[in-house]
Amino acid sequence: MISTFAYELSYWQQTVLRVVGGLVAVLLPAGSFVYLYLFKMMSFMQSRLGPMEAGPYGSLQLLAEVGKFAQKEDLIPERADRMVFKLAPYVVLVSTFLMVIVLPAGPDMLMSNFDVGIYLALAVSSISVIGILMAGWSSANKYSLLGSLRATGQLIAYELPLVLAVVGVVIQAETLNLQGIVFAQAEGDIFGWGGIGNPFIFTQFIGFALFMVAIQAELTQPPFDMPVAESELVTGYLTEYSGMRFLMFFIGEFATAGVFSAMAAVLFLGGWYVPGIDPNSDWFNLLGPAVLFGKMMLVSFFIFWFRISYPRLREDQLQRLAWKVLIPIALVNIVATAVLKVVF
Amino acid sequence: MDPTQSQQLAYIAGQAADARVNVELETDEGMVLNLGPQHPATHGTLRIVAKLDGELVIKAEPIMGYMHRGYEKLTEVRTYPQVTALINRIDWLGNFANEVPFILAAERLMDVEAPPRAQHIRTILFELSRISNIALFLGDMAVQLGAVTPVFLAFRDREHVLNQIEAVTGGRFHPNFDRIGGIKDDLPAGWIEETHAVMVKMRKFCDEIEDLVLGNEIFQARTRGIGVIPADVGLEYGLSGANIRASGVDWDLRRDNPVGLAWDKVDWKVWTHPDGDSFARYWVRLQETREATKIVDQLLDTMPAGPIMAKVPRIIKVPAGEAYIATENPLGEMGYYLVSQGELTPFRVKIRSASFSNMSIAPWVLQGTYVPDVVTILASLYFILGDIDR
Repeated sequence: MISTFAYELSYWQQTVLRVVGGLVAVLLPAGSFVYLYLFKMMSFMQSRLGPMEAGPYGSLQLLAEVGKFAQKEDLIPERADRMVFKLAPYVVLVSTFLMVIVLPAGPDMLMSNFDVGIYLALAVSSISVIGILMAGWSSANKYSLLGSLRATGQLIAYELPLVLAVVGVVIQAETLNLQGIVFAQAEGDIFGWGGIGNPFIFTQFIGFALFMVAIQAELTQPPFDMPVAESELVTGYLTEYSGMRFLMFFIGEFATAGVFSAMAAVLFLGGWYVPGIDPNSDWFNLLGPAVLFGKMMLVSFFIFWFRISYPRLREDQLQRLAWKVLIPIALVNIVATAVLKVVF
Repeated sequence: MDPTQSQQLAYIAGQAADARVNVELETDEGMVLNLGPQHPATHGTLRIVAKLDGELVIKAEPIMGYMHRGYEKLTEVRTYPQVTALINRIDWLGNFANEVPFILAAERLMDVEAPPRAQHIRTILFELSRISNIALFLGDMAVQLGAVTPVFLAFRDREHVLNQIEAVTGGRFHPNFDRIGGIKDDLPAGWIEETHAVMVKMRKFCDEIEDLVLGNEIFQARTRGIGVIPADVGLEYGLSGANIRASGVDWDLRRDNPVGLAWDKVDWKVWTHPDGDSFARYWVRLQETREATKIVDQLLDTMPAGPIMAKVPRIIKVPAGEAYIATENPLGEMGYYLVSQGELTPFRVKIRSASFSNMSIAPWVLQGTYVPDVVTILASLYFILGDIDR
């Protein structure tokens, strides 16, 4: 895995590194989103300061929040299906962790160089639907039930634009391997000029827009947050959760936002590659994660910007948007990409 | 004629039976969703029992009274000057506006008229409380639709108005400032210029809200054509205020029912909207806030000099008689039917509050909508729980 340091790691050392890497890849984006975007950026956009007391500029607020959730009683409703209720947050988290596996952060910095990587990532991202449905059904609460059914309908509807938006990239890169997609962008050229490679956002801008809308819906962030619509359904499928289990859903939501943003960065913005350095250079094993993190923060800035400013759609309007607008556009985009691929 | 105790008990039993009939929705088939009494959408303790088919509301019934505080009864054991301290808690966001109709009714019975300067200041404070009340609605409606930011802008800019109210009256929410025959104090020095500046800020806030909320496609998709109330239905249910003006009825008590305040001395416009949907109600209230800032500006410029208190006896006894005065409060028509028997305290006060009547249309308008629209419609009807339950 790591050849930068000129020696091979044994199997257990690699395993430890992978576990640590996976944890970092899930928790670091979640933490930075919550602090930078949810606490601070949102506060500034709403002309307030946000947390200021815990640590300098409230930077230790996250610890305080985690401590608060850890202290809380783990309530389970009397009529809940206890095992399913307890299991649901893990299922949601598992889907996030599984997506990290194929995410490349450098020429050698990846867990698995899987040939159908993007296919796997999009497939496992749907596992969270099962977790949400479990949470809503087992809570024995009408709000939870409504919320989880809304979530199921929404996530299934938006799987399709998500997948179709990626197809354009796959056609252009001629591979399903995420590492291959990064290299295709890094070694590509724009009409013969290879100065910055060929980030697919220039050719697949429609795909990028669709992908962003679809992940916004997949993440159930406003304007697509009907599953947790707090003014209607209290908090939807999360209503009955408290303490650590709520925190796990919370981390799952923001970590998935991070993974999807990183996925968008890999697919459309060149992933860990920055122009000017040979993509095969060992430097990218150190630089790559930082570059990917930066690009991920850039993409997720838009996700949270929309989250903060927009009201939410209604359930039927959301379905109409998916089936009547996004999917036809995505199909046209695929056809156009395919035709242009043959022509050029 | 005094009702006997048994008559009173029979009345209470009848009311309780009525309440049970409403809740009987729960025994029918279909899923019954109980929104409230503690629910984020009701910002208070309103309870809505909705019978659902999927997300479609087959039937919905508001159940009120969880916050009944008995103000009508309490006024009967308070002297007239004490009553204002109670009644400005009815619509707690439109604080000062609650006091005015009661004081006007008492003044009418006593045949006292406040001097012009007092009337002017009353009108200004009335409009300031309207601005502070509706500014919050403009942000809150967006929150009900899922946009979190506008409400913070509303809280931020409402604070300027509350500061002005506090500078005059000493209280942000409960001024208790109106007196029979005038007002308690004159304006503090420099207040007029400050208020002009605040009105500019509020107009900027209205522009901001128009950009951020009203022009938003999702907001329009969520509100246009949702909760349409035709004018005749609205009138039958006794809607008032912006709710009925949004249905195209050109009816504003400030213009149509002059009660001595200074509205007829300034130039302003009553806005109506033909659609009658949630969007129209929001739009009308936004225009109304702008209009109120103009009213305040003009009143500040034409402030007459003179005393702020008419000659009234030290111990106020209102002569026997009855009077009903209604004014156009932020939420709609608010009236006090005051019966006096010439004593220190009112004999009976009937409070006609706007939200109670506005909520009565809920079963009609919620029928056949979706659960998210229930929230939209309730938010756009704009009720304050204290104003419903009193």
